[in-house]
Amino acid sequence: MSTYAPWDIGVARTIIAGKQSMLGPLLPILHALQEEFGYIDREAEPLIADILNVTRAEVHGVVTFYHDFRHAPPARHVLKLCRAEACQSTGGDKLAAHAEAKIGVALGGATADGRVSLEPVYCLGLCAVAPSAMLDGRVIGRMDEEKLDALLAEIDR
Amino acid sequence: MTLRLFVPADAGALAVGSEAVARALQVAADRRQTPVEIVRTGSRGLYWLEPMVEVVAAGGRIAYGPVTAADAESVLDAALSGDEKHPLHLGKPQDLGFLKTQTRLTFARCGLVDPRSLGDYRAHDGGKGLERALQVPPASVIEEVTQSGLRGRGGAGFPTGIKWKTVADTAADQKYIVCNADEGDSGTYADRMLMEGDPFVLIEGMTIAGIAVGATQGFIYVRSEYPHAIAVLNDAIRAARRVGMLGRHIAGSPFAFDLEVRVGAGAYVCGEETSLLDSLEGKRGVVRAKPPLPAHKGLFGKPTVINNVLSLASVPIILANGAAFYRDFGMGRSRGTMPIQLAGNVKYPGLYETAFGITLGELVDDIGGGTRSGRPVRAVQVGGPLGAYFPRSLFHLPFDYEAFAKADGLIGHGGVVVFDDTVDMAKQARFAMEFCAIESCGKCTPCRVGSTRGVEVIDRIIRNDNRADNTALLEDLCHTMKFGSLCALGGFTPYPVMSALMHFPEDFGAPPKLQAAE
Repeated sequence: MSTYAPWDIGVARTIIAGKQSMLGPLLPILHALQEEFGYIDREAEPLIADILNVTRAEVHGVVTFYHDFRHAPPARHVLKLCRAEACQSTGGDKLAAHAEAKIGVALGGATADGRVSLEPVYCLGLCAVAPSAMLDGRVIGRMDEEKLDALLAEIDR
Repeated sequence: MTLRLFVPADAGALAVGSEAVARALQVAADRRQTPVEIVRTGSRGLYWLEPMVEVVAAGGRIAYGPVTAADAESVLDAALSGDEKHPLHLGKPQDLGFLKTQTRLTFARCGLVDPRSLGDYRAHDGGKGLERALQVPPASVIEEVTQSGLRGRGGAGFPTGIKWKTVADTAADQKYIVCNADEGDSGTYADRMLMEGDPFVLIEGMTIAGIAVGATQGFIYVRSEYPHAIAVLNDAIRAARRVGMLGRHIAGSPFAFDLEVRVGAGAYVCGEETSLLDSLEGKRGVVRAKPPLPAHKGLFGKPTVINNVLSLASVPIILANGAAFYRDFGMGRSRGTMPIQLAGNVKYPGLYETAFGITLGELVDDIGGGTRSGRPVRAVQVGGPLGAYFPRSLFHLPFDYEAFAKADGLIGHGGVVVFDDTVDMAKQARFAMEFCAIESCGKCTPCRVGSTRGVEVIDRIIRNDNRADNTALLEDLCHTMKFGSLCALGGFTPYPVMSALMHFPEDFGAPPKLQAAE
């Protein structure tokens, strides 16, 4: 489980200013903000635009282009299931259906209590130990329903 | 005497519990009051044996695998007593068939060394390519790479030396070396393994590229799905700076070169070189039209060498051993070795580096041992989500850029994903279109709109809604995508779709006429 600081525009300003002089600073800035706060607050976009001297549209365009960046805080636990071909060939579809049924949300959704979100990911590079998953940054290979149930039990604790 | 143990910290090994194994071995050693040194390495690439633990014995390293934390006590006992009867005892790793038959040039050190130790790197022949590059004029370095026949290992197969020469010949106040480590193809993990297991060889290759073309700054663009690789690279770059392998005067020479790791943000299309450059610049990862080539106007409009991890990591051995040494491996216009990645439903998944020319059948049946499920192999997808699906009847194809292109496929980044006879090829074709729709950057209409229309057309074919007409429509759509898209995402998505339709028509509910022709 990851813990994040609450949104703070002053802290955000310091983070942005610290990376301002990098070549092509926008992605490093967005990563740093998301690492700190867990998401990219709407207030961050005009702030970045102002400091980097680019338009708000440009910043918003970048934030929305990339799958990684979120506009809202994530669930307390993030379970990513690889849905790409190597994991499909080893029963990934069935595993994903099992996870959806167990957690009670579709891939891409989060439980109403904000406890866990279930996200598809297209390849973790663990294709030789497929199917694979990532729980809060921890990699898990040779997944099966039993291992998945154990992970969910771990979340519940 | 301290017993040296090697436990992989490669993400693939971690995913199957190598961290717990390392901890359990330490606990077991402490309990016996036996001094041990546990070195965390990359992976040898024999993933069905991971976590694979190696111990230093009198005659060299001995491997055990797959080891679980519960095996730690008995494995340590066996290692201390030299007992060869332990059920997980594998003998010398280099004598295992899977490793013995490989030609490890690019992956010579991976799994063998501590990836964070420059001393270990040098003790295993690391650094010799750079040494040689500093002794000859930059033009000779480029000539050596050209003569080696090295082609882009990311998938496009463009001659690396020619790319370098173009950048070298373009005058500019600033040039860049960019390493494409946005390895997003399913079934591929060689870049990840190399960055986690031998990062210095990539640093060395990029430094040589910088010296050769006159670039002083490099970027490694790594996908965010690879946190372990990012951590190892950052540590290695710091270590290289400390000893002057990176910085203002490379190894005391007048050449300056430094490196920075940049992290992607989950966009598959950023593996395409021009969208990667836009992403590095802090923009949406939208594909650029070529020309201008990145070699003329690349990152921030400056001449840029952009190469895949494996291309750059192959350069040091080419410089160290000479172009002829590397060129002597391979077939036709595919020279040297290719780190092939066996993945998915395969009995022996792993990294298999070998000279070009090995057949698909040898790879899947002999090396890979068929499926993990034990069912017959029905299809293999080569080259990631944009690669074709091949049936057994094409298993005679040699692994070679041209041979695969002739068979309407591609070797791509060398990933081979094996499927058994439970696979539904219509569903796989549908997924190819679906994936393209999710990942399209949106620039080209055939890719942006065509992929969604493609899913719908395949759905109609599957439910037998005007099947013949819709099949013709799908073929037409694929043709439009192939020739009307700027990059490989829209341009190559037709490969998996059309190959599935052509080789496995029965899965699309083909009429009896076609089935009879099978």
